[in-house]
Amino acid sequence: MNVLTPARESWLMAERDLRHWRREPWTPIFGILFSIMLVLVFGYLFGGAVALPGGGDYLAYLLPGMLALSMMFGVESTMSAMATDSRKGITDRFRSLPITGVAVPLGRVGADLLNSSLQLAVLMAGGLLVGWSVDGDVGDVALAVVVLLWLRLAVLWVGVFLGLTFRAEGALMAVQVLVWPVGFLSGVIVPPETMPAWLGAVADLNPVSATAAACRELFGNPTGLTDGLLADHALALALAWPAVLIAVFVPLSVRAYRRLGE
Amino acid sequence: MTAPLLAQAVHKRFGGTTALDGLDLRVEAGHVHALLGPNGAGKTTAVRIFATLTRLDEGEVHVAGFDVRRRPRDVRRAIGLVGQSPAVDEVLHGQENLELFGRLLGLHRPAARARAEELLERFGLTDAARRPVATYSGGMRRRLDIAAGLLLRPTLLFLDEPTTGLDPRGRADVWAMLRDVVAAGTTVLLTTQYLDEADRLADQVTVIGAGRVIAQGSPAELKSRLGGDRVSLSLPQGASAEPAVAALVAAGLGPVEVTVTQPSLDDVFLHLTDPATLEGAA
Repeated sequence: MNVLTPARESWLMAERDLRHWRREPWTPIFGILFSIMLVLVFGYLFGGAVALPGGGDYLAYLLPGMLALSMMFGVESTMSAMATDSRKGITDRFRSLPITGVAVPLGRVGADLLNSSLQLAVLMAGGLLVGWSVDGDVGDVALAVVVLLWLRLAVLWVGVFLGLTFRAEGALMAVQVLVWPVGFLSGVIVPPETMPAWLGAVADLNPVSATAAACRELFGNPTGLTDGLLADHALALALAWPAVLIAVFVPLSVRAYRRLGE
Repeated sequence: MTAPLLAQAVHKRFGGTTALDGLDLRVEAGHVHALLGPNGAGKTTAVRIFATLTRLDEGEVHVAGFDVRRRPRDVRRAIGLVGQSPAVDEVLHGQENLELFGRLLGLHRPAARARAEELLERFGLTDAARRPVATYSGGMRRRLDIAAGLLLRPTLLFLDEPTTGLDPRGRADVWAMLRDVVAAGTTVLLTTQYLDEADRLADQVTVIGAGRVIAQGSPAELKSRLGGDRVSLSLPQGASAEPAVAALVAAGLGPVEVTVTQPSLDDVFLHLTDPATLEGAA
């Protein structure tokens, strides 16, 4: 018998989640199809009616927004997986094993990041197929992907906290409904400058707006921004917002995990 | 040798409710020790505290010689836990479940695979090894769950109501398995509401109510404590009882058949958990 390192324990936990997706691939596949459907609905049904401040092609505006939104919606799958494990007693089984406590959430983080990377690759390929053009160098594109996964990491910890704290099925449904207004009240689909001033100000403050704006800049797509904090500091905000979320939700998650033993 | 489990004056409150109110327990090596009590008596809380899943407020608990508060990791290495509902991954196969838990316990992949196969074979799950657990019956899931608790050949195995919700066939399976486990040298702490289960399996029974011990002993001791033995006589046809008893007292004409029965553990349980008795103990 050997003593496992926390990294190996976390990897074993992540491997279990990856097996889940291989066994039940419809959940991630449906997630990707859903994002593609949103691109088609907004790009073609509503897109003709949207005039971007500062000009530019709406599809090129929409695509980076959709990538950011799909990262944000990942909160549901993380929360659902954490809550289901707690409810079914599997979390207790893990807690009764001589492994480090952080392996349980870290395994989830690793698996969800891998899944989201795959999702991003499929969405970006799909976007290129329907005419999305990228006008940035390889370094910029790579940085955009990092920015997107950075948001996913932040949202992951929000999901870990929610899943450990609110384990009832009703709580998951509430989150599944709430992500819509929270996701749409941003610059993801519609430029905040076209909204009433106060609403636009709120939308600018949504972390997902910063990620979307930074990606648009990096991909060389229209940003729909003519001035304001977001127009000048999109990348800095796209790095700062998730950092704030992580600083808040990692300690909260650790506390929620400890509370399982109260 | 230290007792596999030693608990002294364990207190635990959840908000305003007292779950454990000074519980003392000593489980001897090689025994099956049953923790018997009505719903809400604190059985599950006690097991969760012993297995390091729940923190205790006051008192001392040593499992396999390790303090549950100071050395939880050593405790976890020494125990197997089978909770009230099977805690196995329903999406994964039976074999994958055992391999995953085995590897998390520190076994290398080949060793984990070999141990998983051995346990699946022992618990009659070899045919179902490569099927998702979601397709298993309740009894099969429970067997897999118990197998997961035995991966490292624990010193002490906790079984929290292992047969609740199983059909008679499933219960008989679990009982047979449990005898094997004990024969292999593992000590078992079992919680149950079924008195016949405690009666059949346990060397020692601790009856708890309202978070503390209200009686302890072997099943036979507990039963003899309640008002002594009952003697039932079958008399020859036509003989009336009165002269027969008189004759018995005079040690004259012997009865054709004498059966000595004890009160059942059910009687003990109902008597001990009677609110009036509980009050008397307080």
